[in-house]
Order: sequence, then structure tokens, then C-alpha cells
Amino acid sequence: MNVIDISHVINKADSERAHRDRVRNLKDRLFALIMGVGGVSVIGAILLIFFYLLFVILPLFGSASIEKGYVIEPPREQKSLLADVDEYAEIALNIYQDGIVMFSSLLEEKPIKSEQFLSFQGSAESIRSISRGDPASRVYTAGTSGGRAILFRAEYELTYPNDRRVVIPSIEYPLGGEPIVLDSGRKGIRLISGQYTEGAGAIASVSEDGRLSITSFSFESSFLSDEVEVLAETFQINDSSSDLTLMALDVEQRDLVTVSETGILSLYDVSDASRSTLVDRVSVVEPNDEITTLSFLSGGISVVIGTSSGQLQQWFAVRDANNLYTLQKARDFDRMPSAITHISPEHYRKAFAVTDSDGNFALYHSTANKQAALTKGVFDGVRDVTMAPRANATLLAAPDGEMELFRIHNDHPEVSIAALWGEVWYESRAKPEYIWQSSAANSDFEPKFSLTPLVFGTLKATFYSMLFATPLAIFGAIYTAYFMSSSMRSIVKPTIEIMAALPTVILGFLAGLWLAPFLEKNLPGFFLMVFFVPLLIFFASFLWPRVPSIYREKVPEGWEGLLLIPIVCFGLWLSLLLGGTVESFFFDGNMPHWLNLEYGITYDQRNSIVVGIAIGFAVIPTIFSISEDAVFGVPRSLTMGSLALGATPWQTVLRVVLLTASPGIFSAVMIGMGRAVGETMIVLMATGNTPIMDLNIFQGFRALSANIAVEMPESEVNSTHYRILFLAAFVLFMATFFVNTLAEVVRQRLRKKYANL
Amino acid sequence: MDLRGKSNAGWLASGTPWVWLTAGSVAFSLVLVLGVIGMISFRGMIHFWPASVVQLSLADTTPAENALGEVVGKELVTASRLREKGVSVPGEMESVNRLLLKIGNRKQYGFDFKWFNEIEFETIERPKGVAVIEREEWGNFYGFVVGLKVNGVSIDPGTIGLRAKLDEVMKRRDSLKRKIHHIEKYDMGELNHEMEELRLDKRRLELKGVPPGDARYSALKKAKDELDAAYVVLSENLSVVLGEINRDKLDVATIQGEVVSLDVKDLVRIYFPNDMTFIDKVVHYFEKIWEFISDDPREANTEGGIFPAIFGTVVMVLLMSVMVTPFGVVAAVYLNEYAKQGPLTRVIRIAVNNLAGVPSVVYGVFGLGFFVYFLGGTIDSLFYRANAPAPMFGTPGLMWSSLTLALLTVPVVIVSTEEGLTRIPRNIREGSLALGATKAETLWKTVLPMATPAMMTGLILAVARAAGEVAPLMMVGVVKLAPSLPLDGNFPFFHLDRKFMHLGFHIYDVGFQSPNVEAARPLVYATSFLLIIIIVSLNMTAIKIRNRLREKYNATET
Repeated sequence: MNVIDISHVINKADSERAHRDRVRNLKDRLFALIMGVGGVSVIGAILLIFFYLLFVILPLFGSASIEKGYVIEPPREQKSLLADVDEYAEIALNIYQDGIVMFSSLLEEKPIKSEQFLSFQGSAESIRSISRGDPASRVYTAGTSGGRAILFRAEYELTYPNDRRVVIPSIEYPLGGEPIVLDSGRKGIRLISGQYTEGAGAIASVSEDGRLSITSFSFESSFLSDEVEVLAETFQINDSSSDLTLMALDVEQRDLVTVSETGILSLYDVSDASRSTLVDRVSVVEPNDEITTLSFLSGGISVVIGTSSGQLQQWFAVRDANNLYTLQKARDFDRMPSAITHISPEHYRKAFAVTDSDGNFALYHSTANKQAALTKGVFDGVRDVTMAPRANATLLAAPDGEMELFRIHNDHPEVSIAALWGEVWYESRAKPEYIWQSSAANSDFEPKFSLTPLVFGTLKATFYSMLFATPLAIFGAIYTAYFMSSSMRSIVKPTIEIMAALPTVILGFLAGLWLAPFLEKNLPGFFLMVFFVPLLIFFASFLWPRVPSIYREKVPEGWEGLLLIPIVCFGLWLSLLLGGTVESFFFDGNMPHWLNLEYGITYDQRNSIVVGIAIGFAVIPTIFSISEDAVFGVPRSLTMGSLALGATPWQTVLRVVLLTASPGIFSAVMIGMGRAVGETMIVLMATGNTPIMDLNIFQGFRALSANIAVEMPESEVNSTHYRILFLAAFVLFMATFFVNTLAEVVRQRLRKKYANL
Repeated sequence: MDLRGKSNAGWLASGTPWVWLTAGSVAFSLVLVLGVIGMISFRGMIHFWPASVVQLSLADTTPAENALGEVVGKELVTASRLREKGVSVPGEMESVNRLLLKIGNRKQYGFDFKWFNEIEFETIERPKGVAVIEREEWGNFYGFVVGLKVNGVSIDPGTIGLRAKLDEVMKRRDSLKRKIHHIEKYDMGELNHEMEELRLDKRRLELKGVPPGDARYSALKKAKDELDAAYVVLSENLSVVLGEINRDKLDVATIQGEVVSLDVKDLVRIYFPNDMTFIDKVVHYFEKIWEFISDDPREANTEGGIFPAIFGTVVMVLLMSVMVTPFGVVAAVYLNEYAKQGPLTRVIRIAVNNLAGVPSVVYGVFGLGFFVYFLGGTIDSLFYRANAPAPMFGTPGLMWSSLTLALLTVPVVIVSTEEGLTRIPRNIREGSLALGATKAETLWKTVLPMATPAMMTGLILAVARAAGEVAPLMMVGVVKLAPSLPLDGNFPFFHLDRKFMHLGFHIYDVGFQSPNVEAARPLVYATSFLLIIIIVSLNMTAIKIRNRLREKYNATET
């Protein structure tokens, strides 16, 4: 019984232990699992940064797509003269030969509303010409064979009965519902172009016999009633050729562009209709080519022309040094396969759709100079093309009367490698330039997304800060590691390393609010410092051996650096003192002013020197600390050997220590540079943040990082601007990552080398 | 290393001057660090000292004109610069001293700082009885107290009595202000919060598709009516107190003799610096410092305290620490103890190391895109549909800020912890394993406790970095003025979605975005000083811990 009892106890203890071991093993494995999952997920999170940035950026470089939507049966038997769509691409507007405008639903393929916008005088009169105004203004103008014209505007009222969106279209006549007689001789109107925005309207027309005229409108409200009387005045423009084939008036009613049969492009200034003047006249195409179509881009600044050989050109007026405007060809676009038939601008961006006579359909963007998409053989020929207001669809009218809606996905047409990094000829600028200007108050603004000036700014900041920091940090590291007594080193090293911990916002604040005005006042003093302080140090080194040895021996070996602190302070003070005298003696008492007067050098208070010093201050500890480690790690045997062979300490430093530690110093400089490149608060606060490209040390810049910090909070999610800012962040990320990796690899190699020595 | 070569030729050849130049670099760097820290401490601390008010009698003006104010700056300008500005400077003078006076009285003069050239004034004195009046709006007032009106009745108890009466009036004002603050912030704040909750409850019902006639709606309506009634009572109370505080008016005269009547309710503090004894000044000094760290900011952050910024920074950093420590330690343990050492772990280590060098603004961009818009937007659309279109988490806020900074500082913790782990001698681990402990037990009971100081170092460095970081925070949740603290008495008490204030951003905002930079500058120095104290002491602690740690393991190894 006893035996059995004991075995039972043992069994029980065994099973208990086995159970405990199982639990322990389970815990062990659980622990390993948690660690594994946790570790991998942290590392994954780090990778996530890279991929998320990439994920946001990639759509920038995706191409546009054109999807066949659906074919819509025409609402009337007749073919329309002109077709358009509303903001949601749900309602089509068609204008017919008989003076009727009809709205029809694209979804349900049925008419919604039609209206007679023009009543003819007699049966002989008919619509001779028709044109769209600026797409965003939804204005249409028709001219008749009887010399009359009418301008009307489509209105789409949004209502939400039962929380469903319903659009109610209607027609308005801002210049009065009665047609206006444009040509007193009642000749037919061959070409017409009308615009109306914000209470100002104008119509340009070409009569059957080739006379070009401009009609301006003014409004007079009568005393007695609320009625507004519209007064029209027509002025003939005399010096135009009689063979005009195309004509367009810009949305602001300032510029009138005409094209003659011989391919001559003329620009008139019609801002004062009574005194229109010819601004410039150029021959645009080769003799065997002819201009087939022309359209203003949104904003009405540049004109895109298409030719019978498929060429597309962008032209705008540029002001030269004498304040005279000339027409300049900004760019040629990729050719279309055959003669251009239609150009339809987008409403809010500088993009446009093009069709040619083979029925090819393409999307272009002017700033980016790219063909975003091309679809071949849409129709046998296209009667009309129009971009939907949100640029998400295009309505094409086929020759046989039916219409077809194409869905478009073209979110970022303004981005191309050339537009981001190259020189771009922006509207109204005198020449191609690198410009960063992401937003402006006006709606017809052409965003300028050149990253080049920003990268330039970053490099400029890096250059000047490295110029300041590298020598100081490396020299300091050599002395600290090689000459300084270890007791002093144990104080000095952490003190300098504390610099790295100082928040950069404080450095930026000091740089912007204290150093910048200080430097402006003491500019000559600053330059004197650069010479004086080293000179005084040399002088001190010369005098020191001549100091009576009783005093000299009181300073323990390796502590001489401390002696230099008062000398450096004295040097700084002396330079400032003399700076004032030098300034009043040589620079008329105001060096920045003098620089500007004598050499035309602009002096910004927050300039590259200020930034260089501030960022330099921030990177000194990084470079110092790493290169100090590298110098300190040089095996004693090497230096001792060198000294034993009779080399002076300085020779040993130059030829042995520095040479051995150079990879470490290199990696220190690299890591410092990585820090300078990404520095944000200092550049934000200590420069003027103007994106200029100028090597001038006395001027500021705008760096990538500061630009992100300033513009990111205001940027609309997933807009082109937002994604480009992500791209800027990605560039910073990659640049620092590359530099740091290089430094790290070099440093690891060095560590191995030291281990072998 | 003899740097004391004596012969002239040998002096250059020996390279001594170059050695001295390297020593000079160290000296220069030290001068820079100490100079910057010294300047910030000095300017930060001097701001609270009650400076004497001086009176300048200007020459060349008939009748003689006076200026009254605190001297806040002094500089030497070259004569030609002054001549350019049309100041007549005697020909033989090359440079002129000038004083920057804070003359206050912005409402009267239009500006509160003015430069006075030394040649332009005749006498400089410290008149007795000058009052400096800090106000809630319009900055300081410098002048003389001429009378006090209580309930529109002038009282004239003589100069000494006037001062005592002033104290009394100001005390009354302070207690009434506190009452108003309490009603507005706590009582009304709570009501507003409850009303908002009711609105959201109603919206939730609507979203659920509960038909309009449901009984729950009427319950909500009833609750809302009760709240409305309570609100009316509160507003009546408030208007009574507001009426009381409007009672007193103070008549003061500028140095030009213009008498201005100030509402006592708008005055923050009155003191007479030229009549103060040293002890008074010390007391005043500490009062001001206390005000600085405990009060809310006034006048677009250019006056008053920075309490919300300190509070915001601390809460954000604490939240970040809670997130960063476990993840950093787990990643380090995984890398050092569990992952198979090979080229992959080496690459990971390099990557982690490099991430510490990635610009902080990149983390901000990532935080905004991923946390705020993607994660926050998703959370909102899943759980906070009632709030729409106002975002809850889909907007920058405290949680996303601390998460972004946690990501930014996680490499610091990983690197530091790993360093600690590698320093632990092998024999300790092997001893534990030999005694039969599992790997988890070895880690948990021996290795990790020994690595705690290393983790602490990492955490402290992470906190120091996070406390000073501004660029990413500008994108993910910091604001110049947060209406309410992230921690308050309304459920759920800790509001992760709120925006907050931060010391570093406060420096940027007040120094660069404020309308009156000159007036705000001393405050920026003071804020910088506070931030530097926090960060430098955190770093020093980290360095101390690290050094102690190294010594300890050096002892174990030998």
C-alpha cells in the first residue's frame, strides 16, 4: 500500500511538474510569438511610411483613361449646331438651326425643356454662326444671316426635393432677350464670339463681307423702375484682313484673336472697344499647312491652335522690357495623326480635349506639355466636342446626330517629369522658368509646380550650413579626441552634444528674431570675425611659449583649449567694435545698403548666412560627436609609432590619424548633411521662404521641408498639390535615407578595420 | 604632445598654430553653446523682473516733450544711418547710442515701442508714483493714477489711501473674474457639452431610421428644454456678475497729461516699480513667474501665461511614451534575441538607425496622410456618423500627434534598448538557461530588468526629442490657441480627438505669427528657456543613466 502510495505521490508531483512545464513552455512560446509579432509589426510600420508615401505619389504619374460611356439617341431629329453638358454630366444642351435650345437628360434620354432663344425676322433669316463663351461662364452666342446676334446663358439650379439631387436647367439673357443688330448693313455674320462675365459683355463678329467688329455693352438702370437698359455700341476694327477664318474673344473681353486663311494670327487689344488696337501679328504655320481650329484655354490668357497637319501650338502675349506685348509660341504639343477639328478647353485647369478628322480623341495639358491620353477612331468625324465642367466626362456629337458620353479619369494632368523638374514657360511669363507657386487668389491661375527651386533652396541651406559646421566640428573633434586631457574631454563632449538636443524651433527663433537683425547691423563685423578670430588664435599660439613658465605651468597639459575661450570672446567683441568703424569708413555706414547701391546685390535680412549659422549650429554636435568617436578610436599603436619615428603631433594628426579616421569623418559629415537637408523649423523661421533660385549669400530661399510645413495643412486632400507635397516629402525621405545608409555602411566598415588593427 | 615648441621657425613647422586652431574650434563651439543657452536664460528670466520706468525729457521740442517707459534695448548706431533717416547728428559724431523704450499705451500712441536717440533727450530720470498697468487688452499702460471712480462717484482718499483702495478694488475684481470664469468655463461648458451630446443622440436616432414620432425624440426634447432652462438661469447669474464687475473705473494720466478712464475689469495688475523696494520686486518677480506657468495666455498669446502649452506638451509626451515604450522594447528584443542574426537583421538595423535621421517633417506628412485622413477618416465613417460633417478623428488632434511622434521616436528607443541588451554579458543569459529557465523567463526575469536603465535612457531621449519637435506637430494636431484642454470634467474626461497647444509651436507662433512681435519677444525667450530646461535636464538624466549603466556592466564583465 505504502509503495503504491509513494508512486502515486511521485506520479502526482510528476504530473504537476509536467503540467507546470507545459504552461511554462506555452508561456515561452507565447512570449516568442508576441515578440515576433510585435517586432515585425514595428518594422512593418516603418516600412509602411515608405509604401504609404509611394502610394500617395503614384497616381501623379498614372496616365489618364478614357472610357466609353454610352451612346445617347438625339432628342430631336435635327442635328444640333452645338452641344454641351452640365456639371454632373447628366443634362445635355443642344442648340439647333431653328433657334431652339433643348435640355435633355442623358440618363433617361428624354427632353427636359426647350426654348426658342431666337425668333427670326422673315423666313430668309437663319443662324449663320454660333460660338461658346468661356466654358465656365456657360455663355453661348449666335449670329444670324440677317446681321443680328443674341447671347444667352444656361443656368442649372440645384434642388434637393426628398434629399435627391434634381437639376433644373433654364436660359437667361444677360444682354437682353431681343437680338442685337450687329451689322447695320444687315449682312450675315460669318464668325461670332461673345463673352459675358460679372456684368460686362462683348461680342466680336465678322460679317459676310469680311469686316471685323466688336460690340460692347453697357447697362443703365432707369430712375423710375428697376429695369435695366442694355446699350450696345458696335465699332469696326479696320486693319484686319478680309479672309478671316477663325476668331475668338477672351473671357475678360480684352484680347481678340483672329486667324486668316493664310495662317496669320493677330491679337487685338479690345479692352476699350472704341479704340481697338492691333497688338501683334505673326505667321503661325508653314505654307502648305492651315489653321483649322483655335480656342482659348481656361482663364483666357493663352490660345491653342490646331492645324490641318495635326499640329497643336500654344500662344500667348508676353510683355517685353519696353512694356510692349508680343505673341509668343510657348510650346508645340505632340501631333495628332490628322487635321485637328475641335479643341475643347477644361473649365478650371489648363487642359483641353482635341479631336482630329480621323476621329481620334486626345487629352492634353498645356503646362505639363503632355498628351495625357489618346483614343483612336472614336467617330468617323466629330461634329462637336465638349468637356464636362468637372473634367470627368466628354460629350461628343457624331455627324449622324447621336451623342456619346465618354468617362474621363484625368486627376493630375498638370504633372509630368518636365513640369516638376524642368524649365516651364508659364502663361504671361517672358521666358521658360523654374517657379514654385502652388496657389493664388484668382481662379484662372496656372499652378506652378516646379520642385527645382525648392530643391535648390534645400541644397543652398545645406551648403552654407555645412560650410560653417564642417570645419568647426572636425577641427574640434580632432582636438577633443587627440590633444585634450581626458578630464576636460569628459566635460566638453557632453556639453557640445547637448547642442544637438536644443529644439530647432528655438534655434530658428533666435536666428530669425535675434541673429538676422544683429547681422544686418553688424555685417562688416561678421566678416571681420572670420579673419580675426583665427588670427588671434594664431597669435596666442605664438605668444604662449613666451609666457613666463611660472604661469604657463599652472595650466595642466591638454587644458590649453580653455585658455582660448576668453581669446575667442575677445576676438568676437573686437570684430564687432571694429566692424562699426569699418562700416562707417568704407561702406557709408550701412553695408547692406552699400552692397545694393554699388553692386546691385539685394540684401534680405533673413538670408543664407543666418540660416547657415543656425543649421550649422544644429549639425555641429552630430558631426563633432561621430568624428570624435572615429578619431578617438584610432589605435594608439599607430600614433605612438608615428611619434616615435619623429613626426610632430600635427604631422601625426594629418598623416596618420586623419587618414585612418577619414571614413568615420566622412560618415559624420554625411549624417550631418542628412540632418541639414531635412531641417525644417530653422529654414522656416530664418529665411524669407521665397522660392527664388539665386546663389547670392545675402538672399533667402524656400526649402523643401519648410514648403511642406507651410503648405501641407492648407492643401486639399488628394489634390495634385497634396500629392506633390507628398512627393517632396518622399524626395527628402529618400535623400536622407540614402545619405544615412551610405554613412552607416562606411562606419561599419571602419569599425571592422579598427577591430583588425 | 608638446605644444610648447619655442624657436620661431620650429613654431610654424611643428604645426603648433594648427593645433591651436583646432583648440580654437572647440573653444568657439563652447562659446556658441554657452552663449546661446546663457542668452536665452538671461533674456527669459529678466522679463519677469519689474524694470524701473524712466522718463526722458526730449530736447528740441517746445514745450519740452516727455516720454515714459521701460528701457528694453540699447544699441549703438552709426551716425550715417541716422542721417539717412533725417535725424540731425553733429558732424564729429560717428555713432550714437539709442534706447528702445516700451512706452505702452498702444491705444493712445498707436505703437508701444519707440527708439530714442541719446542726442535727442536731455534728462533721464525715474519719477516716483509711475504706475504700470497690465491690461487684458491693448498691452501695458504707463502713467500716473489720478483718481478712482466707484459706481461713477469719484473717491479721493489721498495718495496712500488710493493705493490701499486700489488693492481692494483689484482684489474684488479678481474674485469676480474668477466667478465669471467658473460660470463660463465649467457651468456653461458642461451645459454646452450635454447639449451637444443630446444633438448627437438625436442624430444617431435619425441615422438609425427611427421615425420622427418616436417617444425617444420627445425624451430628448424634454432633456434639451431642461438644459435650455438651466442655461437661462446661468446666463442671468452671469449678467448679474458682469454688471457688478463693471462698477469701478480708474482714471490715469499719460505723461503728456491726457487723462484716460480705464475699466477696472480690464486691468490685470497695477504696480509702481519706481516705488518698490527690493523685497517687493522679488515678490513681484515670483508672482509673475507663477502667472507665466499657471495662467492662460492673453492678447493673442503675447501676454499672460503658457499653462495650456505646458499641459498640452506634457499630455502629448506622456501619451507618446505609453505607445512608444512597449513597441520599441518589443522590437529591440525581437531584433536582438529572437530574430536570426544575418544580413536581413543587419539591413533592418541600418534601416532603423536611418529612420532616426529621416526629417521629422516627413513623419508629419505621413501622419497627416495616413493617421489623420486615412485612419481617422475611416474611424469617423464607422463610428461617428452622427457627428458628420464635423470630423471627430478625421482631423488633426492629440491622438494622431502622439502616434506620429511615437513613430518618430521609436527608432531612438529601439537603438538604445538594443545597446543595453547587447551589453548584458552572455554568461548571465547562459547561467539562467543552464538553471532550466525558459528563454522567456530568462528574458523576463534577468535580461530585461538589467536592460531597464537602457530602456529608460531611450525613453528619456525619445521624450526629449518629442518635446522639442514642432514641424510634424504643425500638421497633425497643434494649434495656436486651444479652446479647451485635452483633459476635463466632461465624459470621457480624456479627449484624444482635441487639438492642443505645445511649447515648441508656441515659440514659433508667438515669435513669427503674432501681430506684435516686439512685445511678444520676452515671452518667447521665457518659453524657450522653460523648454530648454526641460529638454536639457532630460538629456542630462539620460546621459547620467547611461554612464552609470556602462560602469555597472564594466564591473560585471571583469
